[in-house]
Amino acid sequence: MGEITRHKHDVLIIGCGGAGLRAAIEASAAGASVAVVSKCLLGKAHTVMAEGGMAAALGNVDERDSWEVHFADTMRGGQYLNNWRMAELHAKESPNRVQELEAWGAVFDRTKEGRILQRNFGGHAHPRLAHVGDRTGLELIRTLQDHGVHQGMEDFQECTITRLLQDGERVVGAFGYDRESGEFRVFQAGAVILATGGIGQTFKITSNSWEGTGDGHSLGYHAGAELIDMEFVQFHPTGMVWPPSVRGLLVTEGVRGEGGILKNSEGRRFMFDDIPDLYVNQTADNPDEGWRYVTGDRNARRPPELLTRDHVARCIVREVQEGRGSPHGGVFLDIAWIKENIADAPDHIKRKLPSMYHQFKELAGIDITVEPMEVGPTTHYVMGGLRVDSDTQMSTVPGLFAAGECAAGLHGANRLGGNSLSDLVVFGKRAGEAAAAFANERGMGTVLDDEIDLAKREALAPLKRGDQPGSVGPYKVQTELQDLMQDKVGIIRKEDTLSEAVEEIGTIADKGAKMGVGGDRHFNTGWHTGLDLHHLVTVAEACARSALARRESRGAHSRIDYPDKDADWGKHTVVLKKGSDGTMEASRDPLPEIPQELRTIIEEQG
Amino acid sequence: MATATFKIWRGDKTGGEFKEYTTELSEGMVVLDAIHQIQADQAHDLAIRWNCKAGKCGSCSAEVNGMPKIMCMTRLSDLPLDRPVTVEPMKAFPLKKDLVTDVSWNYEVKKRIRPFKPRAPDFEDGSWKMHQSDVDRVMEFRKCIECYLCQDVCHVLRDHHMHDEFIGPRFLVYSAALEMHPLDTEDRTDDLRTDQGVGLCNITKCCTKVCPEGITITDNAIIPLKERVADSAYDPIGKLVQLVIGRAKD
Repeated sequence: MGEITRHKHDVLIIGCGGAGLRAAIEASAAGASVAVVSKCLLGKAHTVMAEGGMAAALGNVDERDSWEVHFADTMRGGQYLNNWRMAELHAKESPNRVQELEAWGAVFDRTKEGRILQRNFGGHAHPRLAHVGDRTGLELIRTLQDHGVHQGMEDFQECTITRLLQDGERVVGAFGYDRESGEFRVFQAGAVILATGGIGQTFKITSNSWEGTGDGHSLGYHAGAELIDMEFVQFHPTGMVWPPSVRGLLVTEGVRGEGGILKNSEGRRFMFDDIPDLYVNQTADNPDEGWRYVTGDRNARRPPELLTRDHVARCIVREVQEGRGSPHGGVFLDIAWIKENIADAPDHIKRKLPSMYHQFKELAGIDITVEPMEVGPTTHYVMGGLRVDSDTQMSTVPGLFAAGECAAGLHGANRLGGNSLSDLVVFGKRAGEAAAAFANERGMGTVLDDEIDLAKREALAPLKRGDQPGSVGPYKVQTELQDLMQDKVGIIRKEDTLSEAVEEIGTIADKGAKMGVGGDRHFNTGWHTGLDLHHLVTVAEACARSALARRESRGAHSRIDYPDKDADWGKHTVVLKKGSDGTMEASRDPLPEIPQELRTIIEEQG
Repeated sequence: MATATFKIWRGDKTGGEFKEYTTELSEGMVVLDAIHQIQADQAHDLAIRWNCKAGKCGSCSAEVNGMPKIMCMTRLSDLPLDRPVTVEPMKAFPLKKDLVTDVSWNYEVKKRIRPFKPRAPDFEDGSWKMHQSDVDRVMEFRKCIECYLCQDVCHVLRDHHMHDEFIGPRFLVYSAALEMHPLDTEDRTDDLRTDQGVGLCNITKCCTKVCPEGITITDNAIIPLKERVADSAYDPIGKLVQLVIGRAKD
């Protein structure tokens, strides 16, 4: 052992979810040699769990839909903190990205006319989500995987990147280890794309898989890239709450899109009780109108269950806190009730929501065609991430690009459901294209031996320290961090507990940095978990510091000490950067001005 | 608190043994939860492969009490807990360590299958017309999460090790999804008959029994493929007709 295997590619992509694979396809098409490195096996990345669908203004179900409406919906959902240019590109390009998937073999549900069917989702004015049942993510990732492997990319599965390699400022490669052998690999590249997904594992209750440890956020940050919007963590309103082993597991918004309603323990549809001003004109004020909307009445307004995720999550928390929750600390989500309106309801539910039916049946022993589900908020998505150029996805560090969840800008203060899958393919493509062009223009950088030595020492340190008597081990340190984040940086935040959180994260980071692990390098999951801790504490600190900085409540960020929106904060972004002394520095930057023609679109869509 | 005992296979290519671990139980627990608890408390370096813990990614495949299962969807309440629960790696693939096997062969096989080749678009915008009934026909196959439990249980691979001659149930399902795709124009029947060994399946239906997605692998995918292969390669009347039509064209 001790040998380092070296690789050389024009474009190195870290992560094999939707964004990474789409970037790989595009970079390959541009003639670049491409490596895709992933912690998991190909086709298993978190994208696979996406259920509801992919937002694109195809206008197949309602021809009134257009990129303009999609743009305005995205901006409103993000409380206007979005990068307007990204929102514009996303709305304009997502229809083509969806159709292209079909050319590569994806199969979507159809309209009666034989076009791609689109479904309703929270915050979207028209039925907009291309979908296939409730397993759209699987369809997306499998299509990209099966198409991608024939386009020339080289894949390195079950390989974890621990550090980006730099020559001066420019990123010129990455260092990592094979999970199985524990041996090291150095990837030299003309350009590097981070497509590592989210940070859900920073919290105790999450819908994210084990991989969501914020690797890309942290790798980029430590390489000097700026992070923005890290206070905006989306708590999806409907995760499973019972049994304990599946707490946090996602219950798709598609349930509500198909007519599912939220009720408290008194049987009241509490979502009618609090409709935000921004949405009052678009929201039904009675159950009948809501039902007409989900069944396609174009003149009806959408039911309040389909308000944005941040708002629905807060309403659920309110019901539970005020003693009107379900037996296990959630509320009731009922889809079975539609039998009052349609004849073959059980079959309809099983056809439209097959994996939800399966999930509740298998894991909770509940038949959703008969009984309501118990649901509560779960950490689902981070709007924040690496600050990127809207058109090229290059971060603030030359040669380093980011796409998908680890990049920020598109979603602002809150992401609309369905805008993530489209984000992956729209900006994955753009990143692949721009990274290939960058690599072509600039050629390979120089990988310095010092950088490699440092990365190697860092990676081996926990093993060198070995099993320490009395040490709790990496898993328990991770749990400690998750509990802390859940308690103090969760859905409802305030100054003193956020300050405490920042301090305590520091203590946990120290503990992690000093921790040793036993065993050898051969598929040693304890060692892997110990190394991931570095990323987890970095992103945890980023969330807590940004949350502390933003003294207002907006979108997914709720402060009980500053419960209202603040006009000035509405024009600013929190930016995080690693200071020269190695500490995390928060500052605020003004948002770019929205051009008049786009402003007009937003106003017209009121 | 109630506990349960697990006999988990620990070892690598060079050998290994079952080790016993006892852990606490909580309501609704699945096998993967128990493995995680054991990993956190007693065996930090226990190698497992998992990802979504929701039955959607197909990573945590193993054999639980001798049955191929994805661990995240196997509830402890469905297992007898008065004796140890055995958890061991899949047997049809080479072992990496503990519960993790080398499934790379599957990725190689998939690359050999002719990719999707659509007919020309139906509309000017480059899109196609398809009906829901066409979509529904392939939907069952496209549900596959690639857990490879069907490969694990297939005796052609597991017992006869015919990995070079036979692509296994997973890739017959994949081929069926492509062959029955409403837009696909490629013909894979020759490959299926020759390199891919569709004839080696003797329809014992073990794959169908273990599929966590409930795909009727044998009846809906493999048998129709066998029929297509038979029609194109072994149907004498069809051949004659083709010959005549072919000549007429000349």
